[in-house]
Amino acid sequence: MDNKTKRSGRAVYVPGNDIDTDRIIPARFLKCVTFDELGPSLFYDERFDVKGESKGHPLDQATHVGASILISDANFGCGSSREHAPQAIQKFGFDVVIAESFAEIFHGNCTTLGIPCLQMAKAPRAELAALVQKVPEEPLLIDLESMQIMFLNQSFAFSMKPSTREAFLAGTFDPLDELLAQRDAVAAVDARLSV
Amino acid sequence: MVGQLENGQYQVFMALHLIHEVTSPQAFGMLKDKGLKVAYPTRTFATVDHIIPTDSQARPLADDMAERMLQVLEQSTAEHGIEFFAPETGSQGIVHVVGPELGLTQPGMTICCGDSHTATHGAFGCIALGIGTSQVRDVLASQTLAMDPLKVRKINIQGALKKGVTAKDVILHVIRVLGVNGGVGFAYEYSGDTISRMTMEERMTVCNMSIEGGARCGYINPDEITYEYLRGRERVPSGEAFETARARWSSFASDDDATYDDVVDFDASQIEPTVTWGVTPAQAIGVGERIPTAETHTDEELLISALNYMKLEANAPIKGTAIQVAFIGSCTNGRLSDFEAVAEVLRGHHVARGVRAIAVPGSEKVDAEARARGLHEIFEAAGFEWRKPGCSMCLAMNPDKLVGDEVCASSSNRNFMGRQGSSTGRTILMSPIMVAAAAVEGAVADAREVFGLEG
Repeated sequence: MDNKTKRSGRAVYVPGNDIDTDRIIPARFLKCVTFDELGPSLFYDERFDVKGESKGHPLDQATHVGASILISDANFGCGSSREHAPQAIQKFGFDVVIAESFAEIFHGNCTTLGIPCLQMAKAPRAELAALVQKVPEEPLLIDLESMQIMFLNQSFAFSMKPSTREAFLAGTFDPLDELLAQRDAVAAVDARLSV
Repeated sequence: MVGQLENGQYQVFMALHLIHEVTSPQAFGMLKDKGLKVAYPTRTFATVDHIIPTDSQARPLADDMAERMLQVLEQSTAEHGIEFFAPETGSQGIVHVVGPELGLTQPGMTICCGDSHTATHGAFGCIALGIGTSQVRDVLASQTLAMDPLKVRKINIQGALKKGVTAKDVILHVIRVLGVNGGVGFAYEYSGDTISRMTMEERMTVCNMSIEGGARCGYINPDEITYEYLRGRERVPSGEAFETARARWSSFASDDDATYDDVVDFDASQIEPTVTWGVTPAQAIGVGERIPTAETHTDEELLISALNYMKLEANAPIKGTAIQVAFIGSCTNGRLSDFEAVAEVLRGHHVARGVRAIAVPGSEKVDAEARARGLHEIFEAAGFEWRKPGCSMCLAMNPDKLVGDEVCASSSNRNFMGRQGSSTGRTILMSPIMVAAAAVEGAVADAREVFGLEG
């Protein structure tokens, strides 16, 4: 499968509007000098009570273990610019997030890490989430080129920010090489501003 | 602007890059992995704020991981030739307090920092963006960012604020009306005579919370108040060079006939001292109002989950809600004028029994100036602890945390679940003088009544 434009995997639905970055990964887990160990802290306070006992969060339900597509509601990822949030999502094993809408900095951070953020209107997204809950063992097939999700022989349309989609299709979602290629032009701007 | 990328985004030069210990150590690791150097080290400045304890800052820090994060920052900045405002240098503090007070933040700059409250610097007529760690890497390596163009919404605020109503109430009110995602896709430009009359520190409070409204950044046109604030600051040119800079700065203001993608008008005289009742900054009401009900709140699920978390009742008055902790500080309200405003009303009052109250200056400079004016003594006499500078209880990456389901009257910027360090801790956002009033009463109170500010 061409991993630039296609993704597939099982999904899990984490309901809620305005899920903020402190809920995605509470601040006390941000103490780190690398992102490697963040996976287990994903949604920690939503998943575990104060004694560390599981609250039965969707992420911990047996039917969703191993899911690689995260579905949520509106304004997902609002709050902090901390990349720890998408890093935790990625390290936990997700490589796609689907929501009604995304907070911007979070969206940008996900893109740079190679996690496409797919936007779906409320009604079809709710329908997809309900179907996933009913048949969690079935994988979704996602095509970034046609912007369609296939699930249980049903097709769902999504949208993406045009520049993000372009970057995924071209494989340039991490812009660093492109930015570095303009060294001389950057030096000229620096010189102009340093006067 | 450097040019356009293949996917249509723009490559934008960053005149100033600020870094701190939470979101930047990993970026230096990324540079190392790719064998890259910092391209323009003199355009990056570092401070330590999130993890630094506000009681004892003696090294090594008691928390091993905090110590390690600080060490990585020290080593990385030394290795790459980046200036680091370390504790005890007189310049350390919260990154968004330090940049402006040193005069690093200047009109017309593009500024970025791995921190969403970078929006603060927009108060100077800057485009100031919060970025992720991979973007911190991009800026260290190239001094540029890949960006999409932003739409601009003009937030026009006219009229006189009532006595006891502050810049914090203005921005809480704006977010209450426009919502936490109302600003997605937009930069917020604040204008109108209410904003023009504000001091720079008040403008910073307003711009600081733009991100809480979902906006990518906040912006206010530079004017005489901006230039006078900058005059004489450590990193600002002086003498003739200042006049040259000032002439250049004034050319950056948006024109009177600029067009906007959206305009929203607010009447400042209608704004009340505003407090949050829920778990997002938009879940806010005037202090005299009642908590919403299913009929008055747009999203019933959000209402129910917020009230369950906060252990509050729909339709109950917010005034009188008991608090156990009071926090004055943060990049929103940790500047000298915030402590001055509170000191002015706090004299002769005392923190209620059972309330833990802390005042945390936003920087070593704020601390020194407050001490020079004797403000710390007024706070201490009233039963506040006067701490060392840092982010403190805004986000609990340091020892200042709520315990269990304590309720905190807080001058910070986020009332998210678990934000202040306890997974059941509860935050009520408000202005510094409202925090002081709550501390004195032991419950959410109207500062105008507690301190006799009416008329």
